[in-house]
Amino acid sequence: MNQYRAFYQRIDKALHNNQLRRNFRSAMDGIRQRRLAQFPNDQQLQALRNQAKAIRNRSLTNQADLLEKLESKLIENGIQVHWAETPLQANALIHEILKAEGATSVVKGKSMVSEETELNHYLEKQGIEVIESDLGEYILQMAKEPPSHIIVPAIHKNRFEVAELFQKFHPEQPYSEDIDELTSCARQVLRKKFADADAGISGVNFAVAETGTLCLVENEGNGRLSTTAPRIHIAITGIEKVVEKLSDLPPLLEILTKSATGQPITTYFTMISRPRQPGEKDGPEQVHLVLLDNGRSLIRRNDELIDTLRCIRCGACMNHCPVYVHVGGHAYGTTYPGPIGILLEPQRLGIDKVGSLTSACTMCGACGDVCPVRIPLPKLINRLRADAVIAKPDKNGVPGTGTLRNRREAMIWKLWQQIYARPWLYCAFKYLATRLRRIKPPLSNGWTRYRPIPTPACRSLSELARQQGFDDE
Amino acid sequence: MMNSARENILKRLRFNQVKLEQPARNATRLEAWSREQRIARFSECLTAVHGEVHTLPADQWINWLAEELPKRGLQLLLTGSGEIGKQLLASKIENTLIHQYDQPIESWKPELFSQIDVAITGSHCGIAETGTLVLMPDKDEPRLMSLVPPAHIVLLDATKLYQTFAEVIEAEQWAKGLPTNVLLISGPSKTADIEQTLAYGIHGPKQLIILLLV
Repeated sequence: MNQYRAFYQRIDKALHNNQLRRNFRSAMDGIRQRRLAQFPNDQQLQALRNQAKAIRNRSLTNQADLLEKLESKLIENGIQVHWAETPLQANALIHEILKAEGATSVVKGKSMVSEETELNHYLEKQGIEVIESDLGEYILQMAKEPPSHIIVPAIHKNRFEVAELFQKFHPEQPYSEDIDELTSCARQVLRKKFADADAGISGVNFAVAETGTLCLVENEGNGRLSTTAPRIHIAITGIEKVVEKLSDLPPLLEILTKSATGQPITTYFTMISRPRQPGEKDGPEQVHLVLLDNGRSLIRRNDELIDTLRCIRCGACMNHCPVYVHVGGHAYGTTYPGPIGILLEPQRLGIDKVGSLTSACTMCGACGDVCPVRIPLPKLINRLRADAVIAKPDKNGVPGTGTLRNRREAMIWKLWQQIYARPWLYCAFKYLATRLRRIKPPLSNGWTRYRPIPTPACRSLSELARQQGFDDE
Repeated sequence: MMNSARENILKRLRFNQVKLEQPARNATRLEAWSREQRIARFSECLTAVHGEVHTLPADQWINWLAEELPKRGLQLLLTGSGEIGKQLLASKIENTLIHQYDQPIESWKPELFSQIDVAITGSHCGIAETGTLVLMPDKDEPRLMSLVPPAHIVLLDATKLYQTFAEVIEAEQWAKGLPTNVLLISGPSKTADIEQTLAYGIHGPKQLIILLLV
């Protein structure tokens, strides 16, 4: 039960931080309105969601073939492909590439997969300087914090906190609390890093098998800089990001940017198919792609939970989640927060480790309604809740299935089932519950922590009805 | 280790075969826009995200530069080694220094990152629906031109304005193969990472100026 205690402590901490809650509330309200403004016609939105779902399902159905096709096309184009089953393998692979080239400094574009593998930490331990170049990620690197949102990572910080960080780490720059000035300060600081870095590391939004093309979606241009200015580019992505055809891109790109930030398109959409060619004057001489599994191939074992892999990481589910809005991303304690985190992380890390996340859901259904690829999030989260307490775990189920089963809780439900399945027992129970209503079980946590235990009525409804002259029919 | 990782992953994927439902494609097709409608939409979208669009006769862009660059205080102009660069070098623009990107980046990185005021490039085509420029950088117009300097001026031939991204991919048969990089650019560089407030020019150009040549 320790994971519950730790989780609830983080939630408590978040709920008592009024500044944090205000930051999230206003950010999420704004982002939701912008998304809504991009979808004025519901019929078109639903059609686009169907299309995006179909594309992702086709990709997942043929995933092994598509990955092989992607690999052969990339190699044909001169891009080197590496496979990793675990975060450690991925980190070691990346370190090997850097070491072989004598690279000691790295600029990074935003990549949630590299958060998954804790790549920065790994490389820094090997003596490599790693600079996050996305403004939000850079702020967090200074603050030594993980992202609290998968799209807007520093959403929990306000301008004053950011100004303090810049002052602490860059005292040579003039102090300012103005967002434009803070932005231009970041431009100055990071410019030098881009010019000097030996290698750039980025994520991938879509990997197109048909042409061997890696696509990046961004607004800042740091992704482009990281993948163009240094002499080596290493991209890292989860194996589920592969799509079959170029013609799959327009609908996915449209629904991704509209759902994520309410933009019809982002400032930059970069399609990388080759390293620098002879005669070209810039661009990396080497391009590498690291394909990471990290539990993804096992999620396929279940024909319901496989829907998790459709995710295109837009963040709309967390933007619309009433729990996320109140507690923020850090409370979850995992790489991916919000509804998609609740669904993905127990499958990736095990219910025994983070199954308690599933309790952070009110089953309101908002996430499922906005998901651009129609992942039935509430249904699947509910399923994980059931898996977590199941009596006879399925060996092929989610790791840690059944480990949150509580004997006392199971016994209470068993008893309830016995009583409710037998009319005579039920009548006896009802009689006792109403007559001995002052005797209440001493429950001290959960529901009753902030609420009194309700006292049963002195007579049951059927008794009252009979007294009033209604018969049993 | 690497090869066994590849085999293991593929084996697991193949072992866990699935056939997922693929709902019929019923996305609505937009009606075809006229040239004027495309130009209007393109300009409207780009202007909405702080881009500038100026419609000019095709032979007037050098005159436009000669007039506007000094006004905006943009002195050091970066060009490629293609047709645009050649025309510019042959012309005289007062108070403007022209630098040609004719050396590999390694030999002049610090200058590119700190001294250039503005770069001018052509473009492959445009997309009206989203106000997007499509660039295919090559040895004559390297890719950092559209990214590193604080201002970027782009020439776009108005006859090459497609309606949608999907249309470009289909009409130009991109599936047959792509160049080193294809860039879709829809405005100046921006961020909203601090308090969800928009700020321009975080890493790339702060100003994006499109000269739409008709």
